[in-house]
Formats: sequence, structure tokens, C-alpha cells
Amino acid sequence: MDNTEYLRPSNLKELSQIMAGHKDRATVIAGGTNLIPQMRNGGKSPELIVDIGDIQDFSFIMEDDGFISIGAATTIAEIASSDIVSTFSPILASSARELGNPLIRNRATIGGNLANASPCADTALPLLALDAVIRILSPGDKTRNVVLNNFFHGYRFTDLGKGEIITRIIFPKPDDETTGSQIKIGLRNAAAISVASIAVMLTMEGKICRKARIAAGSVAPIPMRVSRVEQLLENQEISATLLEQCKAIMKKEISPISDIRGSAEYRSYVTAVILERNIQRALS
Amino acid sequence: MMTYSIETNVNGRPRAAEVTARDTLLDVLRDHWDVFEVKNGCEQGDCGVCTVILSGKAVNACLTLAVQANGKNVVTAKGIGSPKEPHLLQTKFVEHGAIQCGFCTPGMLTSAKVLLDQNPKANRQEIREAIAGNLCRCTGYKKIVDAIEAAAAKPES
Repeated sequence: MDNTEYLRPSNLKELSQIMAGHKDRATVIAGGTNLIPQMRNGGKSPELIVDIGDIQDFSFIMEDDGFISIGAATTIAEIASSDIVSTFSPILASSARELGNPLIRNRATIGGNLANASPCADTALPLLALDAVIRILSPGDKTRNVVLNNFFHGYRFTDLGKGEIITRIIFPKPDDETTGSQIKIGLRNAAAISVASIAVMLTMEGKICRKARIAAGSVAPIPMRVSRVEQLLENQEISATLLEQCKAIMKKEISPISDIRGSAEYRSYVTAVILERNIQRALS
Repeated sequence: MMTYSIETNVNGRPRAAEVTARDTLLDVLRDHWDVFEVKNGCEQGDCGVCTVILSGKAVNACLTLAVQANGKNVVTAKGIGSPKEPHLLQTKFVEHGAIQCGFCTPGMLTSAKVLLDQNPKANRQEIREAIAGNLCRCTGYKKIVDAIEAAAAKPES
């Protein structure tokens, strides 16, 4: 039972060597806040834990050449308090401030939140709306980029292959015409797992919406973009009638389930409400 | 069985243990080092009774592997002050009746300590946010927030 091994590389070179030799049996963690309860409940019994939490190259928030880059092992607390994130992607900052509780935010990381691929992953929604790209380190020191929208394949199932690790998350700095909003519905204000959650980014030209990004969480097997609603908004003036159409399409595009946090009916209803509220907030 | 040697400084005292990769910091604090002021509640990061200060940050000991605490500093409620020389927070908790059954108190104190270290004049809202990961099932938080607010108002003696 207790034959799990643990390795804690202190730099990229050590990590590459470990992953090259153990790619079939490595479970990667940074904080460990997802894996530890899963091990405790008996669900998971990793052969080898590779802890990337000490690798300095994975912990940074950078603004560079029109892009924001965030290292995979950057903690949620660091993102929540980052001036760069608050300035250029306030919806990511507010999502980070709503993830778990302060204790969890000090351990949990953005790479872990995405790799865990829960439908309610709080940072996934703003990052989807921000057109984020995931940079992945593959065995043999190769890197590849995956658009976040293509990263989630199914319930807790991602594009990550054996021995692959998220190294950073990159998204373009939104221009001056682009604004966003994010709303998470939880059962309480603190330490809530989302019941339904939406992030929106809109690029406006006067009254016309030129580009729309809508991401929804906890209402499908994956954190998802809702492209049909985006298409409905793009190149249109956002009117009350259009919003009603968006709400109707939104309810058709999602596939919520009933669980202890809410019924499918409630999730469907509240998702349409927070879609409208997000769009109004983004425009105000 | 695979084991690992760890060395961790707990409240200024160097401690060592042989642990498995699956043991949490909470397991080792209580089972190896008899650090019983760190309580065991939910073991999944919901209740905050196992809150400790790890390298200056308030964390759930139950969501931290023991091997991850190797070479690091841990401070618990007993490391903040002693009965002879209590920390101002501890004095204010007593004065304000912020302790009822006491089970959440060590976690509340460690969360509050980190808050006041970073933000010595924290207001009520900031205090409430800082203890958002710590559940209390007795007092209903008001007296706890009062106590932390009272400690925040005065410079530490």
C-alpha cells in the first residue's frame, strides 16, 4: 500500500531526466491540494509523485510583448494578489480570489487547477475567455502549445500525454476596447465549489460587439466555451432581444447534472441569468 | 515500504522523522512529533483546524505532504506565544471570549497571525477573508473577528 515514491526536482534539467525515465508512472503535483485528498479517500494510489513545487522556473507572472505569461507552479494566492493580473486580466484575478479559501490558495497552483480538469476549475473560465494557450513540456525536452479550448477532452481528461507537464499559461493582453466580467455562483461566499460559473470577454466597436468569448463552468463535463452564444453576439448590437436569444441558446448548449450543490434545472436557469448579468457588467 | 527522512523546524525546534510519501504534514505533526495543538478535522482542506504557518504562509497541514515540509519552518499556535508570554492575539481571544470549545482556535490564531504579520491594521472585512478557510461551529465568528480586530488596532507590545 505505502510504496508510493516521491521525487522533488529542483530545476528543469532534473525534471526532464526524471520524466524521461519514469513517464509511465509519474503523477505530477505542485501544491498537492488535489492529489492528497484523492489519495486519502483511497481513489488514487500513484506509483511515483513528481513534485515541481520547488522549480523556480515554473513560478512567475510576466508581462512581455503583448502577452501575459504565468508559470504553472504559480500559486493561486500569487495570482490573486498580482498587480499584472489585476491590471490586464481582472477576471482572472477575481476568479483566483474566489478559488477555495486562503489556506488552499497558498498551496494550489494554476497549472494544477487546469491539469486536474474539473468541470468547476475556477481559473479555467477566465483563461478560456482570454484565449489562453497552454505550453507543455514533452519527454525529450520538446515543447508544444495547446489552445486551452482544445486542452479539455472530457471529464477530468486532458490533452496531456504520458510524461507531459504544463510549464506555463500564456494569453494576449486584451486591448482597450475589450472588457470582461466573471460570476461564480456558490453555496456560500467563502470556500465554495462553483454551482455554475461564467466568464465573458467582449470586444466592442461602438455599440457593435466585434468579438465575444463566453466560458461556462460546472454545467458540462468540462469547462467549456459556448461558441454558439459567441457567434450570436459577434457583429451585432447587443440589445435586450439579442440577450434573450443568447440565454435561450445558452440553456441548449450546456448539459448540467443534478448533484448535492444544485439541480440541473437550477444550474440551467442560473447560467442564463449570470450570462446576461456578465454581459451587462462587461458593457457598463 | 518506501520511506523518506525529513527534517523540519517546528516552533524553533528541529524535528526529524521517517515518513512515507503519502503521509501528510498533519500526520507527522501529531503522530510523530506530538504536536497536538494542530487538530485533525476533515482531512480534506475544508475546516482549517490543522492550519499551520509553513515558511510564513498559512496552509492546511492536511493538504501538505510531510515530504514537502522537509527543510522548512513550521509555526503552530504554541509557537506564536506561551501561557507565560502570550501573543497579543491570544490575549485578545481570551478577553473577547473568542474561544468556546477551542477546537478551531489554533487554526484561527495561525491564520490571524499571518494576516497581521502582512497587514497589521487589517479591517473587519480583511479579517473575515483571512479566516475564510477556518470553520468555527460554536461562537459564530463575531467574537473571533472582534478579538483579531482588537489585536490589529494596537501595535504589538
